[in-house]
Amino acid sequence: MPNSVPSWSPLLGRLSLDVLPLHEPIILVTFAVVALAGGALLAAVTWFRLWGYLWSEWFTSVDHKKIGVMYMVLGLVMFLRGFADALLMRVQQAVGFNGNEGFLPAHHYDQVFTAHGVIMIFFVAMPFVTGLMNFVVPLQIGARDVSFPFLNNLSFWLTASGAALVMVSLFVGEFAATGWLAYPPLSGLGYSPGVGVDYYIWALQIAGVGTTLSGINLIVTIVKLRAPGMTMMRMPVFVWTALCTNVLIVASFPVLTAVLALLSLDRYVGTDFFTNDFGGSPMMYVNLIWIWGHPEVYILILPIFGVFSEITATFSGKRLFGYASMVYATVVITVLSYVVWLHHFFTMGSGASVNSFFGITTMVISIPTGAKLFNWLFTMYHGRIRYELPMMWTVAFMLTFVIGGMTGVMLAVPPADFVLHNSLFLVAHFHNVIIGGVVFGTFAAINYWWPKAFGFRLEPFWGKVSFWCWVPGFWLAFAPLYVMGLMGVTRRMRVFDDGSLQPYFIVAALGAGLIACGIGAMLVQFGVSIARRESLRDETGDPWGGRTLEWATSSPPPAYNFAFTPLVHDLDAWDDMQRKGVARPVAGFRDIAMPLNTGTGVVLAAISTVFGFGMIWHIWWLAGTGLTGIVVTAIVHTFNGRRTHHIAAAEVAMIETARTRQLAPATGA
Amino acid sequence: MTTLPLTPYNPPYDAAALTATHYDLNEADHPEGGSTLLGFWIYLMSDCLIFAMLFAVYGVLGGNFAAGPGPRDLFDLPLVALNTAMLLGSSLTYGLAMIAMQRGHVRGVQGWLIATALFGAGFVAIELSEFAHLIALGATPQRSAFLSSFFTLVGTHGLHVTFGLVWLAVLVVQLAQTGLTAANQRRLLCLSLFWHFLDVVWVCVFSVVYLMGSLR
Repeated sequence: MPNSVPSWSPLLGRLSLDVLPLHEPIILVTFAVVALAGGALLAAVTWFRLWGYLWSEWFTSVDHKKIGVMYMVLGLVMFLRGFADALLMRVQQAVGFNGNEGFLPAHHYDQVFTAHGVIMIFFVAMPFVTGLMNFVVPLQIGARDVSFPFLNNLSFWLTASGAALVMVSLFVGEFAATGWLAYPPLSGLGYSPGVGVDYYIWALQIAGVGTTLSGINLIVTIVKLRAPGMTMMRMPVFVWTALCTNVLIVASFPVLTAVLALLSLDRYVGTDFFTNDFGGSPMMYVNLIWIWGHPEVYILILPIFGVFSEITATFSGKRLFGYASMVYATVVITVLSYVVWLHHFFTMGSGASVNSFFGITTMVISIPTGAKLFNWLFTMYHGRIRYELPMMWTVAFMLTFVIGGMTGVMLAVPPADFVLHNSLFLVAHFHNVIIGGVVFGTFAAINYWWPKAFGFRLEPFWGKVSFWCWVPGFWLAFAPLYVMGLMGVTRRMRVFDDGSLQPYFIVAALGAGLIACGIGAMLVQFGVSIARRESLRDETGDPWGGRTLEWATSSPPPAYNFAFTPLVHDLDAWDDMQRKGVARPVAGFRDIAMPLNTGTGVVLAAISTVFGFGMIWHIWWLAGTGLTGIVVTAIVHTFNGRRTHHIAAAEVAMIETARTRQLAPATGA
Repeated sequence: MTTLPLTPYNPPYDAAALTATHYDLNEADHPEGGSTLLGFWIYLMSDCLIFAMLFAVYGVLGGNFAAGPGPRDLFDLPLVALNTAMLLGSSLTYGLAMIAMQRGHVRGVQGWLIATALFGAGFVAIELSEFAHLIALGATPQRSAFLSSFFTLVGTHGLHVTFGLVWLAVLVVQLAQTGLTAANQRRLLCLSLFWHFLDVVWVCVFSVVYLMGSLR
């Protein structure tokens, strides 16, 4: 099947029975497992009559908190898939020596490393940070929801639609075998005539539209919906980082959309943008995609910097050290992230002057990042530090991320990069910053905000087991890659000739195994916590002694977040209110206008998936019908005038009175 | 941002007053759609970035004729001038629609929107005939990187105008249904931004692609 031009029929396009990977046992077994587990899940949902509940309370919900949770669930599910790919690669590389071909054929292996990268960035890290911003930002700024609640629901489902297409590619046809950025000419029609790159393109296009819309939504939310008194320099640092991240999203995802559209034109229409002949330029693609790609890594890490800032201040029991410098550092990183893209391909041959410019700008970024790190350390200095799980992840991040940052500065030196580029050193570097930064940060955030989302804390024992598997597991898995990278071992290899490398790969595989234990322990932690939720319940709404407004409301917060919008007088608004002994208002409630749920987002995303599938398989009638369906559905939606409803004052009073009763023993103690 | 009264901090203080300075006890419903224009502006800027990318691509690849035809062989400046006039005319009629909206004339708004749509449709028709002519000459998007980037840049703008036409039609129907409601006025404003934005982009296309191309 690889590299063969498939036959085409008007009805089914390129689809036929041959595209099912019936001859690949690994995929068949995976399919059987997924089908069984998925079938069991669907059966369970049907058996417990949960469809109606899921549809009306979650899928169609425009509540930013529920959408945030759905993003996190999507990220977690895709994380398991992406990690399975990682395990396959680690085992393949550990055994692919001395003539042993391992268990993954070359074409399959290439798809695995491509899918791993695509999934981990687009469908794990992005949903995680978007989910966190969705859940936390409106609460921290004292708002009832985001500016465009329906758009928020649509954004989520478009992301899920992209994820669904990637999952379908596992069982119907193939995924790209090009590496996660699909450089041409390899991703062009000549070298990748199959559907793999088309799956890549449409999954990313559909998810990318969702991401752009969510970026616009959150910027407007932060600009327009802050509680009275919350000036820009009184916004919590997490809100600042979210603002900068969403500016980056809006200012970089259109570039991805454009460059993928050009690649599609090359593949579907036969244009000459990135071809080797007729005046095309493959390096144009590499430039354009990294103009999106470099801001993308800051899109992932900036909100996580915000998470660590919140956690460090809370668990040190102190105001954050250097708030203003933290804000300026974030803004400086935002701006600088646009002028470093060329460091991803110093070897392009753009000359010493250009390379020097981009090498220097890259090194300059480490200055604001270093300032942030010192701010966290000074926040801890003389603080009353509590080593709860969020704080443990934060310290692990600081130790790990600093190493990753320093290897990054090494790679920023063009002559060094000429030696290290495309090697395992690079692979170790970006895993060092993404796992040590984004993944650790997400775990810190999950442990920190879980009680706010669900009303009970996570059980610490299994969380600590997970922590102590993850952190050493990470170093075990990636330290050998640093060493081998310095020795010149290149990335994306399936088998090796030099037998002396095998021990390193075996150690790396053991590290991956330890990480697998960490993931398992985390899932156990979730299960145990849900089972023991009564004893872990958070009655106060503020289990950690938090400082920002999300802790001023109950856990979980009511649909309207705050019965009365808080008025902000200080940077740490909730801490300020507690110090002054501000009493919660307990009477005089009013009707609250809230957005109505709608199924349009689900419908639009479902049709988008069908449209994407039609385009991938060249089923033109299906794609055409899908596109028409999207336009018609969107137009019909604009005729829907019923968008808001009111929560009656009596209902608000009932919810708030229950809250008063809940708080009474806590204040008495 | 409203300025807030000073907080009574040192006890003894009045607990009720303290609560009143820290919670908005008399909050009214926020008017719907207060954020829409800002959101739409930001969307337009993201769209602008797509055009910026296409201009950059045209800037880099626009001279790569691959021994095929170049701008001087292909472009018919009088036709493009007519096209430009169409689009500028449509911007004028849209402006008149907005004036009619401010005066509260639903019929006037609808009439000017239809005039705008006619100009827009004329623009798209001329563009399509230009494309057909080029393709008939053998100057297809597949012929060279110059033509690939030309067709993509100009075609993307044309697609936007076509989308604007659909939006115009929907708005005319919505005005007939519900008149100049707040929601419809907001939509008119957004489409106005969109339409004038496309005009600005076209001025850049006209200058960079056609005028500078004729000098090449």
